[in-house]
This record gives sequence, C-alpha cells and structure tokens, in this order.
Amino acid sequence: MNRRKFLKGVAISGVLVAISPKILPNSVARAENKPKKKSFEEAVKEVLGVDASKLEASSDIKLIAPSIAENGAVVPVKVQVNLPIEQVKSIHIFATKNTDPHTLSMFLSPANGKAYLSTRIRLAKTMPVVAVAVLKDGRTIKAEKPIKVTIGGCG
Amino acid sequence: MPRVAMIRVSPRRYKKGDIVKVKSIIMHPMHTGLTKDKKTGKIIPADYINKVEVYYGDEKITTFDLKGSVSANPFLEFYIKADKKAPLKMVWKDITGDVTEKTIQIKPKG
Repeated sequence: MNRRKFLKGVAISGVLVAISPKILPNSVARAENKPKKKSFEEAVKEVLGVDASKLEASSDIKLIAPSIAENGAVVPVKVQVNLPIEQVKSIHIFATKNTDPHTLSMFLSPANGKAYLSTRIRLAKTMPVVAVAVLKDGRTIKAEKPIKVTIGGCG
Repeated sequence: MPRVAMIRVSPRRYKKGDIVKVKSIIMHPMHTGLTKDKKTGKIIPADYINKVEVYYGDEKITTFDLKGSVSANPFLEFYIKADKKAPLKMVWKDITGDVTEKTIQIKPKG
C-alpha cells in the first residue's frame, strides 16, 4: 500500500464515522422520543405564565405530605387552600427535580365547595415539592415541602 | 378500550347542600416514556392520562391536567357541593386517544 492509497482510506473512513449517526435511524428516533429535561422555573413560566420568584409563600395554602417517602413511585400528596372557593381559580403541583416538574393542575369552580385536592405522585429523588394556588385577584400563593425519597420512582 | 374505573362518595348519607368528598381511581399504567422494559431493554413509549373532566348535571365543574409524574392507577380526591339530584360523570382521556367514562348518581336525602 502506498501513501496515496492510505490517505484516501483514512479520509473515507473519517467521513463514514461522521455521517454514521444519520444513517442509523434507531438511535436518532430514540433521542427524539425522550422527553426534554426542564427546570422548575421553566415549568412555572410555561404553566402559569409568571416567574417563579413572583410566587409568594402564604399560610392560606397547605401542602400535606410525608417528610420521608420510602417508595418514590407512590407519594401521597394533599393540597388544601383555606380560602372561600369563589376566590380560588386553580391548584398546581410541581415536583421540582423531576424530568418534567409540572405534575398536575386542577381547575376549580364554585360547585366544588372546598378547594382541596388529594392524589399520589412520583418523585425521581429527594426534592422539595411545591403546591401553587392561583387566586381570582391575580395573586399566586405557594407552599413548599421537602420530601426525602429512598427509592426513586421515575425509572 | 375502556378501563376499569371507580368513583365513591363519602359520607354515604348526605343532605342537600352538603359538601361531600368524591374519591376516584382508574387502572392505568401511566408510562412516562423514561422507563425501560426489563426483558427487552427497550424504552416503553409514553402513555399517560393527560385530561380528566368532571361533569355534575350538565355543567363541567372541574378539569384536571395530568402529566407522567402522577403515579400509576391515578387516584384523585376532591369535593363537590351536592345541591341537586343529578348524575356525576367523570371522563378520563389519555394521550393515545383512549377515553373512559364513569357515571354515578348524586342523591341527596332530605
């Protein structure tokens, strides 16, 4: 093999390596399929349309959850807003360090009688959980609670 | 394919105008799209309930927006004001187009 042939071979193999991810559709499809990781601030902006710093901590909203959850796949969470139902528009739950922090939104009406929500959520690791209530007068109030997780639940 | 769903009202006896608790559960795996199948090693595609609607009589009273980080077999508990004799209908929709409906009767006594 002479020098010319050798250089040609190197150039061709280099090109092949560079374009190989485009030839393999499987790996590309998998990358697109995976949900994008979002931060808590981005999720709040997307769901509520306000900055995360605008949320005010208040004693009117209560987040009831265990401080240590053994299994991250099932964490019982209760949200209670101690205000008349006419003033409350919606309740949102954010798990701050999940891949998609937005977990659940509930849109209430006066027929509910009480602003209350209980459900079970998944937590990937130890993180604070934030409950947000949007009020009719435009205020957004929040309650935060750190939850310790022994086994993560988001795979 | 309709899934198994359950709605319960507590307490069981209530008067007109009382605020009663409604508990609901639906059997659904809630795949997030992040987990892998342990046998094949492939990623399980996302399949979760993203919308739950509650109708009382003709009125839509509550809507829920869910994401994949709600646990499997999503359980929801909320209150309604039982001020009329009417059906309470819940509709669960998932991102693959699956719709499940369940109706119970709200019958206040007295």
